[in-house]
Amino acid sequence: MALIDTINPLLTTGWSKGDAGWSLKDYEARGGYAQLKRILASKMPQDDLIAEVKKSSLRGRGGAGFPTGLKWSFMPKAAPEKYVVCNTDEGEPGTFKDRDLLRFDPHSTIEGMIIAGYAVGAKRGYNYIHGEIFDIYQRFEEALDQARAAGYLGDNILGSGFSFDLFAHHGWGAYICGEETGLLESIEGKKGQPRYKPPFPANFGLYGKPTTINNTETFAAIPFILGMGGEAYLNLGKPNNGGTKLFSVSGHVNRPGNYEVPMGTPFAKLLEMAGGMRGGRKLKAVIPGGSSAPVLPADIIMDCTMDYDSIAKAGSMLGSGAVIVMDETVCMVKALERLAYFYFEESCGQCTPCREGSGWLYRVVHRIEHGEGRADDLDLLNRVTDNMMGKTICALADAAAFPVRSFIKHFQSEFEYHIEHKKCLVDPAVQRAGSGFFKAGAA
Amino acid sequence: MNNQYDMLSPEALAKIDREVAKYPADQKQSAVMAALVIAQDEKGWLSQETIAAVAAYLGMAPVAAYEVASFYNMYDLQPVGKYKLTVCTNLPCALSGGVHAADYVKEKLGIDFNETTADGKFTLKEGECMGACGDAPVMLVNNKRMCSFMLPEQIDKLLAECK
Repeated sequence: MALIDTINPLLTTGWSKGDAGWSLKDYEARGGYAQLKRILASKMPQDDLIAEVKKSSLRGRGGAGFPTGLKWSFMPKAAPEKYVVCNTDEGEPGTFKDRDLLRFDPHSTIEGMIIAGYAVGAKRGYNYIHGEIFDIYQRFEEALDQARAAGYLGDNILGSGFSFDLFAHHGWGAYICGEETGLLESIEGKKGQPRYKPPFPANFGLYGKPTTINNTETFAAIPFILGMGGEAYLNLGKPNNGGTKLFSVSGHVNRPGNYEVPMGTPFAKLLEMAGGMRGGRKLKAVIPGGSSAPVLPADIIMDCTMDYDSIAKAGSMLGSGAVIVMDETVCMVKALERLAYFYFEESCGQCTPCREGSGWLYRVVHRIEHGEGRADDLDLLNRVTDNMMGKTICALADAAAFPVRSFIKHFQSEFEYHIEHKKCLVDPAVQRAGSGFFKAGAA
Repeated sequence: MNNQYDMLSPEALAKIDREVAKYPADQKQSAVMAALVIAQDEKGWLSQETIAAVAAYLGMAPVAAYEVASFYNMYDLQPVGKYKLTVCTNLPCALSGGVHAADYVKEKLGIDFNETTADGKFTLKEGECMGACGDAPVMLVNNKRMCSFMLPEQIDKLLAECK
């Protein structure tokens, strides 16, 4: 899925040639590696570089939205062995931006990671790539070979005295490895079970060494930020929400795909860019930041702008920028049942509230959907989520709880109808037509 | 040659060596995920013996390699058909026909999830998010080939291609 549409293209400038524009010579032709060369030639002080990133107000694009420059500044200066790690374990349902970033423009991420290595004093990096996109992993390895051959990676890069090498590591089907410490365990060749924090990766990361870990889109933005200056990048977006952002729009729109727009773009504009609602049907609900983000009903999301602060104010999260659009053909109980199953399936099993709680959530939503719901099931679901949120090592328990609480909060009458009448409020024939799998009129 | 890992071909071991070289010299275990994939590609699935061979080659305890093989979804600890089809049915895919695509494949092949056709050709699996929701419905063939926009016509074409 190539880029569909954009306002102020930055990260996606290299995508216009599709699969024909990803290689090193294409990237160099559009100004690639110029920032790395400038930094190395001028021996830019590390603190100045981090200050520029701070000025841009770039916030982590993987979901948590933590300020990137601040994260880099946490790295201890004196440590002899440090790492830079990129999180391309893109498994949050609804998210498919990093796949396209590495497919169409892998060198921007590579350049961003080398620059990060320079800024924090690391000599080695890894990019952890989602196992399901093996062809993208292979392309990234090819891009690494190109960068190494051109002298951008390895010892004494471009004669600067700075050395940095970078490798690709692939996952093999575990959502939990998108959690940064689970990911580090996975690189170490273990089960991807998250670690207690603190200590945070900046102090105790990969192989126990100080590690900076960022999302692919975050690293990819670095060369552009340094090219235009932190302040100019910030001004593309809005205060505290700098720059542009990739939004992966999926579900009931006419043109699902990736869209790069400035932070603060109205949701209604993004929906319009995505071709509007499929079949001209009515918008019912949107999950604005990947499946873990609370769902918002149509009337609330239509008043939002797409940035961290606006979506948070509306009671959800911008997350990874995965916008899941649902129209009036969706049964909200069935939609929640599928998400609840996902978290039950993907809980790593380490913490009891998550391992057991995610199973309870799935089984109870499943029985409501299948006409066996009980009058007090909604209270039960809310009680189970109370016993999960904030009570586990990582945020997967919260991620499992948020959809349940928000679906019930905003669509309570639909859940009550299901329990009382033992069937969907939305006619099954209408639901079936909504998916677009069957041609109109086909059986 | 007669050692604990001679069940793996020299080609497979050379590929594993390339993975090992990515990590610090004292961190060979980091290559276990890739090594298990290489072994699975060669053997078709991961038996206890294959997992133990990978562990021996990397200097790990067999149970440590087994923990990895059993934790990640795409390792096959049981034999699978020549073509393993994994269909994503997660919500974003379902909104664009993922569940219906899975139903369609089930009907065509006469098997349910986690079953293999009698001729050993196809195994069907239900997948979780593959990170390609804009291309829904999506399915993976043998873990490494992603197929996009799998409506009835495309599914028919794919099944016909799988000889």
